Amino acid sequence: MSAPILEARSITKRFGGLTANEDVSLKLSGPVGQVVSVIGPNGAGKSTFFKMLSGFLRPSSGSVLLHGQDITGMPPHRIARLGLVRTFQETTIFPDLTAMEHVSLAHQLHREANDVEVVLGMPRARGDEVRLGESALEILDLMELSASADVAARHLPQGLLRLLGIAMGLAARPQVLLLDEPYAGLNPEETNRAVGITRKIAASGVSVLLVEHDMKAVMAISDRIHVLYFGKKIAEGTPEEIRNDPKVVEAYLGQEDEELGL
Amino acid sequence: MNPLKKRDLSIALGFLAALLVLPLAVGHSRYLLSVLMNCAGLSLIAFGVWITFSIGRINICQAGFALIGGYTTAILLSRYGLSFWIALPLSALVSAVVGAVIGSFILKLRGIYFSMLTISLTEAIRLAFLNGGELTQGSKGITGLPQPFAGDSAMPTYFLAVALLALGLLVTWRVHYSRLGRIFRAMRLNEDLAESFGTNVWRYRVTAFAIACALGGLGGSYFAVFTQSVYPQSFTVEHSIYYMLFCFLGGLEFVSGAMIGAFALTILFELLSQFQQYQTLVYGVLMIAVILVLPNGLMAIRATAKEARS
Repeated sequence: MSAPILEARSITKRFGGLTANEDVSLKLSGPVGQVVSVIGPNGAGKSTFFKMLSGFLRPSSGSVLLHGQDITGMPPHRIARLGLVRTFQETTIFPDLTAMEHVSLAHQLHREANDVEVVLGMPRARGDEVRLGESALEILDLMELSASADVAARHLPQGLLRLLGIAMGLAARPQVLLLDEPYAGLNPEETNRAVGITRKIAASGVSVLLVEHDMKAVMAISDRIHVLYFGKKIAEGTPEEIRNDPKVVEAYLGQEDEELGL
Repeated sequence: MNPLKKRDLSIALGFLAALLVLPLAVGHSRYLLSVLMNCAGLSLIAFGVWITFSIGRINICQAGFALIGGYTTAILLSRYGLSFWIALPLSALVSAVVGAVIGSFILKLRGIYFSMLTISLTEAIRLAFLNGGELTQGSKGITGLPQPFAGDSAMPTYFLAVALLALGLLVTWRVHYSRLGRIFRAMRLNEDLAESFGTNVWRYRVTAFAIACALGGLGGSYFAVFTQSVYPQSFTVEHSIYYMLFCFLGGLEFVSGAMIGAFALTILFELLSQFQQYQTLVYGVLMIAVILVLPNGLMAIRATAKEARS
């Protein structure tokens, strides 16, 4: 059997006396294009876990493997090159650049011209601009952002900016895309749309791993769910199994049932 | 073309054109020409500081790299009898290489920590030249450097200064308005985001810094032959701070900002030459005023007024 797409082998992260993640394992195997979620109450260590997968934090112990290759402690840009890309909750944007220019910029890994050619405006650099511009338009199309391609980012509403952030992640052409709370702060209509788009991304052959608070969305979209609680993994399974897992219910005790999608 | 870029371009071209025809009006005055030449050299150096701003670092060591360029030229000219035309690019190269080596260690720092370190770096470089023994001639400096042009006219040197200014502008322009400049901006806004889509942030920081140091070295080399001398105190921390102020005053969103700021401030102080002893005081007050009143610099004045109307 081939190596799993992504595997975290009992990773632990300590910040001084605080253990943010303890012995967390996760395996993303099987067919490509799955949507896997990591959930947990606030402070459960989800963000830390994500940062370790994408190289922004180095685990205190344990290892991360991408297609069987050990990527523990590699810098994020090299991990991105190997096919694992994360997006950010807050989209940092250039107010004066258009949506298309943002995605084209994020094609950093796929340009052919070197830096000198870029500065001198040589043919290969100009070719890149055309080719990457076209590719950017395809990504915007997938993200249902075509209508905004030529709109300066400062005129885009929050919901579309969130999608633009994901589009920039896709520009690196990842095999695994990590989405950090992609639906936080969106209204139900925007969330529905974003969930639909996440499905399309997965269907295009990109495995999606997401951290999210919005339980309804998570239950609706995930093939598998992992639950973190105080830095430890307490459950893993299909949405149905998670919904009926007493440990999960207990972890969320005191919260509205609705949040759990019950 | 984006309106900001259009405006930047028209100001840059108009400015260069003015510098080309100005000698017709002021060519008779050696003094006025030398003021303009001074401004051109300072702009060249300030472009480097502007580029380091574009990756989100406040660079207060540019005088140190100008000093490296100046001494490289002086040593190559006086000891090895090389031509200025060979010494000029070599000076830029030496500054860039030293900058890349030092930069690869210090560019991890940000904000006030980076700035403080660069202040001490300017001072460290000055002390190194002061104590350079026979090679750098200590506090006596290296004097009596040959001028690149024969004859008595100041015009060839003037056009050299304008050509170097144009070169500095062109380099900064091409860097800023290409994909490279966008990567720099992405790093300034959010290094993690830039890294997430595969940018080797470390490499681009060092690249930006090396380009900046090369421009500093080029300017230092030019001033060495312009004044026919170089001393450890030719470029000090005070100068480093002026270069930064030029960029603030002109505006960090426009490539021509560094040039506009350098000309505006230098000419202002020529006009107020009898108050020379208060120069640092006035610069300090001006710096605070600019940051409070004109956070985007002189070049943004009209843009801000327009935005307010719309």
